[in-house]
Amino acid sequence: MSLNKKMQIAKTFKLFIGGDFPRTESGRSFPVYRFKSKDIYANLCLASRKDLRNAITAAQGAQSGWQNRSAYNRGQILYRMAEMMEGKRSEFVDTMSDTLGYTSAKANTEVDKAIDSFIYFAGFTDKYQQLVGTVNPVSGPHHNFTSCEAVGVVGLIAAKKFSLSDLVSQIAAIIASGNTVVVLMQTEGAATISPLAEVMATSDLPKGVVNLLTGQAEELYTHFGSHMEVHSLSYQDTDKKILGEIQTLGVENMKRIIKPINDLKSLDHILNYVEYKTVWHPIGN
Amino acid sequence: MQTTKENSKSTDSQNTKFNFDYAPALESTDIVQIKDRNLLFIDGKWVAPSQGKYFKTINPATGLPLAEIAEASTKDVDNAVKAARKAYTKTWSKLTGAERGRYLFRIARLIQERARELAVLETMDNGKPIKESRDIDIPLVAAHFFYYAGWADKLDYAIPGQKVSPVGVVGQIIPWNFPLLMAAWKIAPALACGNTVVIKPAETTSLSLLLLVQILQEAGLPDGVVNVITGAGETGTALVAHADINKVAFTGSTDVGRLIAKTVAGTNKKLTLELGGKSAHIIFEDAAIEQAVEGVINGIFFNQGHVCCAGSRLLLEESVSEIFVEKLKIRMQQLRVGNPLDKNTDIGAINSSTELEKIKKLITTGQNEGAEFFEPNIEMPDKGYFQKPCFFNRVSSAFTLSRVEVFGPVLAISTFRTTQEAIAKANDTPYGLAAGIWSEKGSKVHKVASSLKAGVIWANTYNKFDPTSPFGGYNESGWGREGGRHGLFPYLNTKQGAK
Amino acid sequence: MRTISIQKENGNPLVISAPFVDEVGANERADSFTKRSIKKDSKLSALYLAISMCDLTTLEGADTPGKVQQMCAKARYPVPPDLISEYLNKKNLSSIPSVAAVCVYPSMVPVAVKALQGTNIGIASVSTAFPSGQAPLEIKVEDTRFAVEKGATEIDMVINRGAFLSGRYQQVFDEIVEIKKVCGDAHLKVILETGELGSYDRVRLGSEIAMEAGADFIKTSTGKVTPAATLPVTLVMLQAIADHYRRTGKKIGMKPAGGIRTAKQAIHYLCMVNETLGSDWLTPDLFRFGASALLNDLLRQIYKEVTGRYYYDKAFSID
Repeated sequence: MSLNKKMQIAKTFKLFIGGDFPRTESGRSFPVYRFKSKDIYANLCLASRKDLRNAITAAQGAQSGWQNRSAYNRGQILYRMAEMMEGKRSEFVDTMSDTLGYTSAKANTEVDKAIDSFIYFAGFTDKYQQLVGTVNPVSGPHHNFTSCEAVGVVGLIAAKKFSLSDLVSQIAAIIASGNTVVVLMQTEGAATISPLAEVMATSDLPKGVVNLLTGQAEELYTHFGSHMEVHSLSYQDTDKKILGEIQTLGVENMKRIIKPINDLKSLDHILNYVEYKTVWHPIGN
Repeated sequence: MQTTKENSKSTDSQNTKFNFDYAPALESTDIVQIKDRNLLFIDGKWVAPSQGKYFKTINPATGLPLAEIAEASTKDVDNAVKAARKAYTKTWSKLTGAERGRYLFRIARLIQERARELAVLETMDNGKPIKESRDIDIPLVAAHFFYYAGWADKLDYAIPGQKVSPVGVVGQIIPWNFPLLMAAWKIAPALACGNTVVIKPAETTSLSLLLLVQILQEAGLPDGVVNVITGAGETGTALVAHADINKVAFTGSTDVGRLIAKTVAGTNKKLTLELGGKSAHIIFEDAAIEQAVEGVINGIFFNQGHVCCAGSRLLLEESVSEIFVEKLKIRMQQLRVGNPLDKNTDIGAINSSTELEKIKKLITTGQNEGAEFFEPNIEMPDKGYFQKPCFFNRVSSAFTLSRVEVFGPVLAISTFRTTQEAIAKANDTPYGLAAGIWSEKGSKVHKVASSLKAGVIWANTYNKFDPTSPFGGYNESGWGREGGRHGLFPYLNTKQGAK
Repeated sequence: MRTISIQKENGNPLVISAPFVDEVGANERADSFTKRSIKKDSKLSALYLAISMCDLTTLEGADTPGKVQQMCAKARYPVPPDLISEYLNKKNLSSIPSVAAVCVYPSMVPVAVKALQGTNIGIASVSTAFPSGQAPLEIKVEDTRFAVEKGATEIDMVINRGAFLSGRYQQVFDEIVEIKKVCGDAHLKVILETGELGSYDRVRLGSEIAMEAGADFIKTSTGKVTPAATLPVTLVMLQAIADHYRRTGKKIGMKPAGGIRTAKQAIHYLCMVNETLGSDWLTPDLFRFGASALLNDLLRQIYKEVTGRYYYDKAFSID
């Protein structure tokens, strides 16, 4: 005997911080509506400044450990995310259909593309170094090489105009090189936080590498911009005013501000989130 | 050792202790001709500043003026940017990479031919020892042009899989510590990538760049491709704020870098910044100690310590700290501070009275905070702006000298006990430009090098520079790299540019 | 830091440590002394000093009494007294000094003693089966005893490189101790033959062993192996001397030998000694050049300094 559909257990939407699923400490929420019926689909957490701070602390704690994982291991984990996303395909499809009004075909295509992005960057973790790392032929008896390192903790303010595959590309490109990330998801698409966080939580990804918040950029961008432990801030939305203010605020710790990126599946995308380190050593006896 | 019969022989020098004073060995300044009044260089012509204002440039070794330099107004800056835009659209972007490369190769050769003249002028205007301008600065200037010349027709290989294009008109502001070398670091990659340039030297060190302009003219570089606007902060502000600049490149203090970043915020301009540092120089107990001492000397006293990547925080493993400090003191006793034109001078003049005052003030702060001060007992010149090399021992991490960039010949020394502690202390700074490691243990060197948050790591060496080697910092030491293949990136657009 | 353990003759243990040397860094530092520009009065006094530090050397199978006598005459009067004395007087300069010592094979010691009678010029004899050192210790001891008995005032011995390179440091140490015993009043210079040691690390270790075993001087080379003395190898040895002095208060001398042919090179060495050990070491008591061709170039440069004219080769005797 099955229950009436209306009696099924509804999912509570929470944040994803440091591998845990907390509610916002503020107790606030914002509604996300069904695309067609305009009924409330879910009340998402409206993340506060404190939630952001907690997420940054978690990202900071996870960073060196993640960076020190082998490139192979990071690749395996990103590939595992693709597998987990495949397993949760129907939940992603349903969520996007409900909240964004996608047809099933369109939603499935989005999931395909997102999975593809995870796989693309899974296969990049042990290659971008080889493409942009150099051995530099300095004059004199020194071995000199330049390699890429993670920038550190990256903030990602996702676009209001939601695209699952874009978001996955952005997250994957950031963590591929050993950065950890605090993502702010906005508007209706933010409802995908639920399956997305579960993908993160079940992929052997160390706690704190990816932290997902739902909320409003207008409320949080100044805190993203001014936080001294955020080394790089990726602003992937379109508000030029916010971008300018972020750039000004970021000057305090010389944050690397990343403007909207077009070609998401590219080497260039990864390079936005790396630092180049050059090491000299004498060649002698 | 006993004095026996074979040792009490004939020369006078044996009866009295031989005192090996190095007689002055002055480089002649005859080769250099300095105009009394120096103009702006805009659109291939020397032009007077629109407001008719000039300021003096001083020889810091004597305190006496060398020449008058034009002060570019906002209008002059605008003219320079217009000239650069015109040159970009009409000529420079029409050339092939190979053709641009030819100009740069020619410039490199002319710099080599006029190396002595450039070196002497640099030393007169900046105060750095002729030994350094002659053997380091100017050869690197030529090498930089030569290196980037070869890139001009190979930009398709700059970033794998990327089509690239020039950025456009670039505004560049350079510092006074390596005047001509910084000009080369800025101009060479910019031109190789197909950009045109408006460049402003530091107000106290304009002369060598103005001499480089003569070389650019001699090389036949088209009008407007490089424009030089001399002046101080206001001129720089006007350049950074100019609406028709596509990119700004700055080397200098973190404070000014922040101002520039704020000015550029909200615009489409690209920006690279090479800023300050408080770089850690770590000596492990298994270091090659004699070379490490030399590395520390070079790390902090090279160019009077006016080096953004100077190894200004010496971290000594406690087990070798006493002997190391003792050796350092003995070595410092041999440093020769004096006339920068003397070929035997190791440490020259501080570039300006302003900088000297800043250094003196920080030394006083260091003394007040209670660290142990040491300076050698060496002769000092009686005129000009000079600072005796010195160090503070037992400097706590909380002291000013552990955190603030002095930009002078002042070293802060503290100790550590374990590799982990050394890494933590080295990274305990908002900066991230450079770091030094001394250990004969290979795996430790790699471990520490990969753990340090800095853009340049010198392991068992320090303060080495090369055009093929990228340079630039993490965190508050700036954005982007100069030198090497990575030094091309800031001067190129890829199709993934801003939407 | 390389540390080895030695047993001294009295049975007490001796720990000898040698810091590692970074080759590139040592070369760079040595090269910095070639950038020193020594002019005018400083140059002239350095040239005089260098002459007084020369160990004028002939170490050939073809050495004969005649050859050694010739060289001893040159040692006594590097330049015929009246050749430039007029110029020297005019400038109120003292006469050209004689060299510190001559350096010959043991069989030639009696010839040199006779030729240098009445002078203070030292008579250095190589010994210990120079240059290879490949002979039994008894032979080396006898070789040395012979030279000392015949009047050598300085002994230039070679270390046992075979033992050194196979890690038998005790044997290297013991041989030096044994030779030192038969030296008596003669000064012992210990030749490391750095060109055969293969690294600066070993040069440094060899220096430490030699000094601990009783060397009065340490010396780079026999002159029979290339490379002979170089600036960096000498620098490494000078630094060992500096540390030994700090530890023990004992001043050990240094003798680079072979490959130093020009006055300019000699001045670079003097700058290096000056800036590494200080001016205390700028005396023939503590620094020597093992050379033969060097002397004439020093004379040429003095000639040029005092006359204002460039030298002409014929001005100086060929020996």
